[in-house]
Amino acid sequence: MSTNLMNQWESVIGLEIHAQLATASKIFSGASTAYGAEPNTQACAVDLGMPGVLPVLNREAVRMAIRFGVAIDAVIDHQSIFARKNYFYPDLPKGYQISQFEHPIVGKGHIGISPAEGEHREIGITRAHLEEDAGKSTHDQFPEQSGIDLNRAGTPLLEIVSEPDMRSAKEAVAYARKIHSLVRYLEICDGNMQEGSFRCDANVSIRRKDDDRLGTRAELKNINSFRFLERAINYEIERQIDLVEDGGTVVQETRLYDSERDETRSMRSKEEANDYRYFPDPDLLPVAISDEDIAQIRAALPELPEQKKQRYIDDLGLSDYNAEQLTANRDTAVYFEAAYAEGDSAAAAQLANWILGDLAGALNKAGLDIVDSPISSPMLVQLVARIADNTISGKIAKQVFDAMWQGEGGADEIIETRGLRQITDSGAIETLIDEVIAANPDQVEQFRAGKEKVLGFFVGQVMNQSRGKANPGQVNTILRDKLK
Amino acid sequence: MTLKADDVRSIAHLARLHIDDDSVDRYVDDLSSILTLVDQMNQIDSSGVKPLANPLDASQRLRADEVTEGDQREKFQAIAPDVADGLYRVPRVIE
Repeated sequence: MSTNLMNQWESVIGLEIHAQLATASKIFSGASTAYGAEPNTQACAVDLGMPGVLPVLNREAVRMAIRFGVAIDAVIDHQSIFARKNYFYPDLPKGYQISQFEHPIVGKGHIGISPAEGEHREIGITRAHLEEDAGKSTHDQFPEQSGIDLNRAGTPLLEIVSEPDMRSAKEAVAYARKIHSLVRYLEICDGNMQEGSFRCDANVSIRRKDDDRLGTRAELKNINSFRFLERAINYEIERQIDLVEDGGTVVQETRLYDSERDETRSMRSKEEANDYRYFPDPDLLPVAISDEDIAQIRAALPELPEQKKQRYIDDLGLSDYNAEQLTANRDTAVYFEAAYAEGDSAAAAQLANWILGDLAGALNKAGLDIVDSPISSPMLVQLVARIADNTISGKIAKQVFDAMWQGEGGADEIIETRGLRQITDSGAIETLIDEVIAANPDQVEQFRAGKEKVLGFFVGQVMNQSRGKANPGQVNTILRDKLK
Repeated sequence: MTLKADDVRSIAHLARLHIDDDSVDRYVDDLSSILTLVDQMNQIDSSGVKPLANPLDASQRLRADEVTEGDQREKFQAIAPDVADGLYRVPRVIE
């Protein structure tokens, strides 16, 4: 499609994020929520919807939801109500899901995102409510039947609903990442998208740029990574524009994203599915939340990414970009702070550069999370300290880094066994330089005739002769002196 | 307020209830009269009354986040019509 055509349209995106709360037991029963157990071994009578059972609400699930609400500066009502959402599906044994309709636990809030360096947008959060997860159906295990595992049934979910405030797939991803980072900082969700602990549905519509009415939206489901979120939204925007440009109309429906074909496909018309006939659940009384409860939860909040970022900029002198990158993921911030605590305060910028540069690159290439890094924070601190005290040059440090990554030991050990200690003895450097000058009289002439670029050739030769170990700063100074 | 026969059929479908064609009219009358009662209640000025989510004047008790239920799969699956490999088996559902 031509860019020109795309430019006449604006896309409008809202996200519904389901975050599984990191409680030990389920939201309404005492069964375990641990992931990966044998099918149906963690589904008790309440989760199975046996006759006569009653739900009893998990205090921790309520507290975690409020913690999220406080962190996004949301309205928290003194009273919260549970409702039944009625629909039939085999992995929902009761025939209804206990959710919230009126008086959700978390009301209107907002969160800031930076879709690109230096950009800032405030995204509205309509509400966040507590509900129970459904079980899991498998359709490929038996030829004629579906198999139902109810271990997941009753796992507490916080459904976070955004305003339709995003205008591109990139913004939607930035928002989803921000929420992901926040729930991890708050320690209310493990954020594991592969295991389904953090799931994103996207509502996508388009409208002409001069129109402020909302278009009909399609809801995209089955998205299990940020990369797929971006692709699914972009595919859907193009599909809708093509459709409307060809004289068609967008229908309200749920569409499944197929990552292998990189397309979205219609799943079912929402007309019927939408009629959930919510009503207050008579089995559950209203939840009372006092100002003291909220104040207590607020006081116990950990340092949040925004505050952390500001502290890194103000107190440690890091750049806005580095501070943002270090705090985007809680594990990265923990790694950085462990290193920083051990190191010299002057080393903060150096540590940040290594963590966000070589370490992030190596982790990414190996498909590892920073918590599984073969180079621990103390190891990185030692490496940075050896550059600072001139034991090795920055260039040699990369060799040492690679060796540490391969498991050859700590920086000091590698520097010793490989003999990488930097040559800082000016006598030794002078000898090397004299040899190089003597061997290259033509280049000496060129330099003296004003060809400055030749200096680089000499530096290279000397570094080569020293097998990279000569201190580059000293080499430069002495060379200039001798070539005069 | 008066329901139509199609409303009754669609409500019954959503609730997965089977209704014979010749009893549809009776349901239309019964359910419509309930809605008439609701209409009647809506006439009352309740502007000063706080909405009630539950008739009991109490709030929800909360439980501690502890795992108290162990694995009873064998017992539960003994009364299920069809199980295999630890899963409950149902007629195939595919969206």
